[in-house]
Amino acid sequence: MDLQQQNRHLYSRAGFGISLTAFTTPLPVDQLAGSLFPSSSPEPLIVVSVAEWALNSPKAMKAMQDDAARKEMKKAFRERTKDLNLLWLQAMVHTQFPLVEKTALFWHGHFATHLDNPWFDQLLLNELRRNALGNFGELLVAVSKSPAMLQFLNNRQNKKQHPNENFAREVMELFTLGRGHYTEDDVKEAARAFTGWSFDEDGIFVFNEKQHDAGPKKFLGRTGNFNGDDILGILLQQKQTAIFITQKLYRYFVSDEHINDKHIKQLAGEFYDSNYDIAALLRTIFTAPWFYTDAVMGAKIKSPVHLLVGYQRMLPMQFRQGSTLINLQRVLGQHLFSPPNVAGWPGGRYWIDNSSLAIRMRLPEALFRSKELNLSSKETVKEMTDAHGPVTMDTQPAKPFKVGKAEVDWTAFMAAWKGLARQNVAAALAAYLLPVSLTQAQLDMVITFADNSSDESYIKSITILLMQLPEYQLS
Amino acid sequence: MGTLASASLMVPGFLKGFEYSTPLALPGGKILIVVQLSGGNDGLNTVIPYRNDIYYKGRPSIGIKRDAALALTDDVGINPSLKNIKQLYDNGQVSIINGVGYPHPDRSHFRSMDIWQSGSGANDLLATGWLGRYIDDAAAGSNAHNALALEVDDTLSLAMKGAERNAIAVKDIAQFHAAAANSYFTKMSAHSHEHEAQLAGYLYKTLRETSSAADYIYAQSKIYTATQAYPDTQLGKRMSTIGALIGSGSETRVYYVSHGSFDTHVSQPARQDKLLAQLDDAIGALVADLKTSGRFNDVLIMTFSEFGRRVAQNASNGTDHGTAGNMFFIGGGLKKAGLYNELSALADLDEGDMEYDIDFRQVYATVLQKWLSADPRAILGKKYSSLSFI
Repeated sequence: MDLQQQNRHLYSRAGFGISLTAFTTPLPVDQLAGSLFPSSSPEPLIVVSVAEWALNSPKAMKAMQDDAARKEMKKAFRERTKDLNLLWLQAMVHTQFPLVEKTALFWHGHFATHLDNPWFDQLLLNELRRNALGNFGELLVAVSKSPAMLQFLNNRQNKKQHPNENFAREVMELFTLGRGHYTEDDVKEAARAFTGWSFDEDGIFVFNEKQHDAGPKKFLGRTGNFNGDDILGILLQQKQTAIFITQKLYRYFVSDEHINDKHIKQLAGEFYDSNYDIAALLRTIFTAPWFYTDAVMGAKIKSPVHLLVGYQRMLPMQFRQGSTLINLQRVLGQHLFSPPNVAGWPGGRYWIDNSSLAIRMRLPEALFRSKELNLSSKETVKEMTDAHGPVTMDTQPAKPFKVGKAEVDWTAFMAAWKGLARQNVAAALAAYLLPVSLTQAQLDMVITFADNSSDESYIKSITILLMQLPEYQLS
Repeated sequence: MGTLASASLMVPGFLKGFEYSTPLALPGGKILIVVQLSGGNDGLNTVIPYRNDIYYKGRPSIGIKRDAALALTDDVGINPSLKNIKQLYDNGQVSIINGVGYPHPDRSHFRSMDIWQSGSGANDLLATGWLGRYIDDAAAGSNAHNALALEVDDTLSLAMKGAERNAIAVKDIAQFHAAAANSYFTKMSAHSHEHEAQLAGYLYKTLRETSSAADYIYAQSKIYTATQAYPDTQLGKRMSTIGALIGSGSETRVYYVSHGSFDTHVSQPARQDKLLAQLDDAIGALVADLKTSGRFNDVLIMTFSEFGRRVAQNASNGTDHGTAGNMFFIGGGLKKAGLYNELSALADLDEGDMEYDIDFRQVYATVLQKWLSADPRAILGKKYSSLSFI
């Protein structure tokens, strides 16, 4: 594999696609891999200020007398989740360190919450981004104490007299060990240890000692007066946690379906020995020779978010309306901050069915040629949890929408390909846009559908034709 | 099913039209139509216990009065919007199962819908749907094409996603067909190699299946002309698509449509009555159409919602998220029509909510085994005793 292809592959996996500039000036892989890791944490993404939350917190809402005004205010506040969604997408497109956002997106699926509360979403997102490449143990603790997770998995209802096992179960099943590595008794005992974990008006973690069960617990073969921190500590001491997280990261960064057990064993061992250093694990993957083999190239289906961000990085282009990006996330099956359940998006082949594939293949013509594409997403419900449980805030019925034409900077794009002889254009564009090579017969077929009227039309039409292909859906 | 794809694609459309101009009963051709009532339909104002004081005490302003409800028995009536369904009920073509739910009910729309669609327990997280796993099972080892199950919508619900195969989502058949017939895609598909990258092969396979399903459905949709005027609502249009495909003899076994939103926290009566009337009108037209095409005995219409609502009304003339609800089964081939079981007890509530009497997976198991001739244990992962309404 030549250097350009190695660069393209790494940018696709460690980010959301290579830029033209990076493609035309490839770096040695070790150097490029080293440059993916920032030396400081990313700037937080802020759409809701502390002051705005103070005006919209449950306490402030309760104090409001006017029902209609309160309803309006709640509705306007919920809209901010959309702002957060779009701001994060912008960060994915424009960041100098796409690996941070790509890994944060992994953690958003791993520590999945669905709250329709932009303040809690924002707090958790920034924890995920800050710790994305840091230490998994610290990340686990930060997430477990975030208002988003405490609320989503009902730990505020987990009290000494009435334990609620939801968080205790998921922290083992989904966040650390995986199924089959703990017993129902472990769940019960861990739930007791997490009693009293809650948060205050500002969303800051608090420990309510009165609601905490301080008695002795038996957990994973040990006995002690464990609290929640002790339980997380014991989970991190399990080698199985390192194996489980490594497997999931491997699926995300390396391959949807070919899991090499030898690689996992070695990587998980190193991950455990490094005390869960996420950056070190990823650096090992990105510099391993096996990462650049044919078995790994194109062995992943792009997530919808990868696809939508990738268009913007590779062309470059901009969507004219934020609502189009939100609607497309919904119809393609990955709506940020609305994962299907606490297990996150299953990914891989689950991204693809007849309708999602058809939409993916028709999108380039709608975005770049204004060919009509009318779709409708299923209805959505916005729901918040109050003291009595989840209540609906707002229901949007299934609504048709039109995918509008995007703003593409064709001039910059053309400049990179115009110097090529016509017969070389299709192969060169395919090498830039696709992770797997097309056969000559396929390339010839693409060319028969191209617009020959001018150099620019030719390049543009081939680009669109290639982006419509099933191969473009791969990473 | 095995030869379906090839047979249907090779018979020219005009011949097929001829072939099916008089409806044929297909061997074992039972058809299931699932109607999802999204948002949590209030079961108590759908099937009304109008002799129960607790009902009226909990619902002083939104309770449906006895003389307004359509009487089913001395004790029970249904929502006045359900006129056609009441008629069908009187004909012995409706079975109502009450108190359907699951242990440890979740009151979140997302999670509870996820549980109903995947057919899982409250503590299980599945990435496939119960009907998707039915498709996996039914199509395993055969080359039946995937018009076996069809959702009338632009996107596919989790319920219809399997591990190996998915149902097809189509809203507008003509548009779907035109998109799939795109000559660039079909030509590229013909040039693809299954063996190149395995995933690319999978995508091209999906593409080819889509295109074969699109051809099949499009051809079928041309065969039969609806005998009924369907209501001009979203649900009405979708039901008319289903009626046409069934009338044409399409071998699709499962259809899926959604209707809503039934999330009636505020001013419930106007909203729920309107949605139920739309449901009733669409079902009325479909049933009349199916009776004309001679297929009503082969069809089972099933409704469900992710939860019922609380017994007591709230301060906004609405109801909040509850637990157990009811399911309607409509068809010409019911074994036990009428009220299948007693309504949920309102005297014995669990923190203001009804306790479930029948696990929804028992209902699924019954439909899978007795209607779709499938193995419910393989699909639901556990054995459930089946019910006797079909």
